[in-house]
Amino acid sequence: MDGFTPITPERLRSGPTPRRIARRDDWANATEALAAGRLTLLGLWGARGAVHMALLDEASHSLGLLTLETEASFPSAALHHAPAQRLERTITDLYGLRPEHSPDQRPWLDHGRWGVTHPLGPAGPQEPQPPYAFLPVEGESLHQVPVGPVHAGIIEPGHFRFTGQGETVVRLEERLGYTHKGIEGLMTGASLARGAELAGRTSGDSVVAYQWAFAQAAEAALSVTVPPRALHLRAVLAEVERLANHLGDIGAVCNDAAFAMMLAQCGALRESTLRATATAFGHRFARDVIAPGGVTRDLTPAGAQGLRSLVAEVRARLPRLIALYDGTASLQDRTVATGTLAPALARRFGAGGFVGRASGRDFDTRRDLPYAPYDGLAFTVPARNDGDVNARVWIRVREAEQSLALLSQLLDTLPNGPILTPLTATGPAEGLGLVEGFRGDILVWLALGPDGRIARCHLRDPSWFQWPLLEAIIEGNIIADFPLCNKSFNCAYSGHDL
Amino acid sequence: MRKFILQGLTSRPLTEPAPGPADADIQELGRALQTRLRRRLGRSLSIRAVDAGSCNGCELELSALSNPFYDLERFGLHFVASPRHADVLMVTGPVTRNMREALERTYAATPDPKWVIAVGDCGKDGGCFKGSYAICGGVGAVIPVDLHIPGCPPTPTALLQGLIALLDLSAPRRSAT
Repeated sequence: MDGFTPITPERLRSGPTPRRIARRDDWANATEALAAGRLTLLGLWGARGAVHMALLDEASHSLGLLTLETEASFPSAALHHAPAQRLERTITDLYGLRPEHSPDQRPWLDHGRWGVTHPLGPAGPQEPQPPYAFLPVEGESLHQVPVGPVHAGIIEPGHFRFTGQGETVVRLEERLGYTHKGIEGLMTGASLARGAELAGRTSGDSVVAYQWAFAQAAEAALSVTVPPRALHLRAVLAEVERLANHLGDIGAVCNDAAFAMMLAQCGALRESTLRATATAFGHRFARDVIAPGGVTRDLTPAGAQGLRSLVAEVRARLPRLIALYDGTASLQDRTVATGTLAPALARRFGAGGFVGRASGRDFDTRRDLPYAPYDGLAFTVPARNDGDVNARVWIRVREAEQSLALLSQLLDTLPNGPILTPLTATGPAEGLGLVEGFRGDILVWLALGPDGRIARCHLRDPSWFQWPLLEAIIEGNIIADFPLCNKSFNCAYSGHDL
Repeated sequence: MRKFILQGLTSRPLTEPAPGPADADIQELGRALQTRLRRRLGRSLSIRAVDAGSCNGCELELSALSNPFYDLERFGLHFVASPRHADVLMVTGPVTRNMREALERTYAATPDPKWVIAVGDCGKDGGCFKGSYAICGGVGAVIPVDLHIPGCPPTPTALLQGLIALLDLSAPRRSAT
């Protein structure tokens, strides 16, 4: 394979994750394989004196980690493979390492306001930055609409620069980084417990998925075996989280087409889901229930009963809502053929989650890089090729149904036994976690130092490979359809900005 | 859809909260809030939510206030799309340095009299992000704060309770103007 040692899912899920120290030509070969579509980019991140790349071979269900040691610059992957662009700009912002001949050298997360440059690398005093140069647009009768960072709704901050010709969008350019909190900086030197706390506060709608991915990375690094009951409970948490997000967003997409009834109905089901989570696990978003080694809170019979009632309630109500969506022509008029993502683009960017699966990229970490307990559960991964807002809504409907089926299975087969394996953090050791959140695959790479504290932890949200596609799908649509397109993607700001 | 609406009219409304102490609390909170609001602001209070770098957890719970279980609008409270229409700013997040100016400008665009609620544990002092190079360290570090609602994130009920507390707190200031 193109310059790296393939890691099988079994290997990935059972112990420390090997990575290969690459020569510059290995790096170039990997980039070429990405550009040719033989490999998919899973992640690209910096460290002190090195850049790391995670690659996925979708055909053989294996992955690889490459490291290029460098103190100054590295061959740009973005030069040949556009999905790497923002990741490389981030490496420069945080570590000061520069991609050679990169097509886009503008800062990304660094808005010139931190009071420091390259905060995780050779930190220096803040240098004044020129005003951010948005990409030029040429043509007749163009006008620009700047939106954000403060938006009209109750959503996260980001800036969208629309260039329109009449009502039609000819270019959208995103500017993100507003919610950058320096999470990876805080991780450095932290204990595992503190790391888990931060991971759970990276993206508020994916608490479980992030804490599971972080725990997986720590458990792989330390070769810890997690008790079967804990793994089952983690999957219960993950499916409840997926269900809550899908229900909420199906309603929200319809609301952006001014169909408020769906928002009210779906919002009620989402609220029931959060309440059942609070009853079962003590917190509406299940914060800090998953910890490295297992889970910190057991499910009581009353909690399990609450979850069973929830499954019954959603099963009873959801079909009527789906029928309502399917039978309302004025709503379909807004969602069908709006914001279409071409399958080739989804594949090239390795778009995860419902964004990829609605555009023919039939990939789900739970099935394709399986981890316990999903390797022993029966479920299907819905996929389709039409790629419009409607397709993304349907994928989420089908996934919500799968989550309900999985919850029933999990509650029926919940093993008895301990829920937490005590672990001692020792190092140096490295591990990779990869978990299917509701939005797609979340990657966590963790390196522990000799003292058992975190030397480097990188968290990669699925949104990194979805945000750029939003810029592509809005082209030729009207500005008024942007909220629909945006909500149908529902990319994370905080998970992306870190 | 007609069938759906007819079913909704003839069957028990989904919006009716199931009996239980939690729901009774919500009703009670809402009534208390309404009495105070009428006294101070006529019938309504306009809220502008500003995410100043939160993880999105607080936003989810602020949005939940509008679902049929809490139905914030029945109390005369509603979220508005512009700070120029707002009486209250509910600000979430540790205030990242990249959001500082946007928050200051939002505050400046809000007409007087105005109140600021810092929402969530990181809105108080940066919370678990304290010490990072990228944050200002709480809403109070950037604009004057009238009230803080703790929680990670605060539940919708806690948010409603916070709004009542704000009205109690703001009474002296309001009568002085």
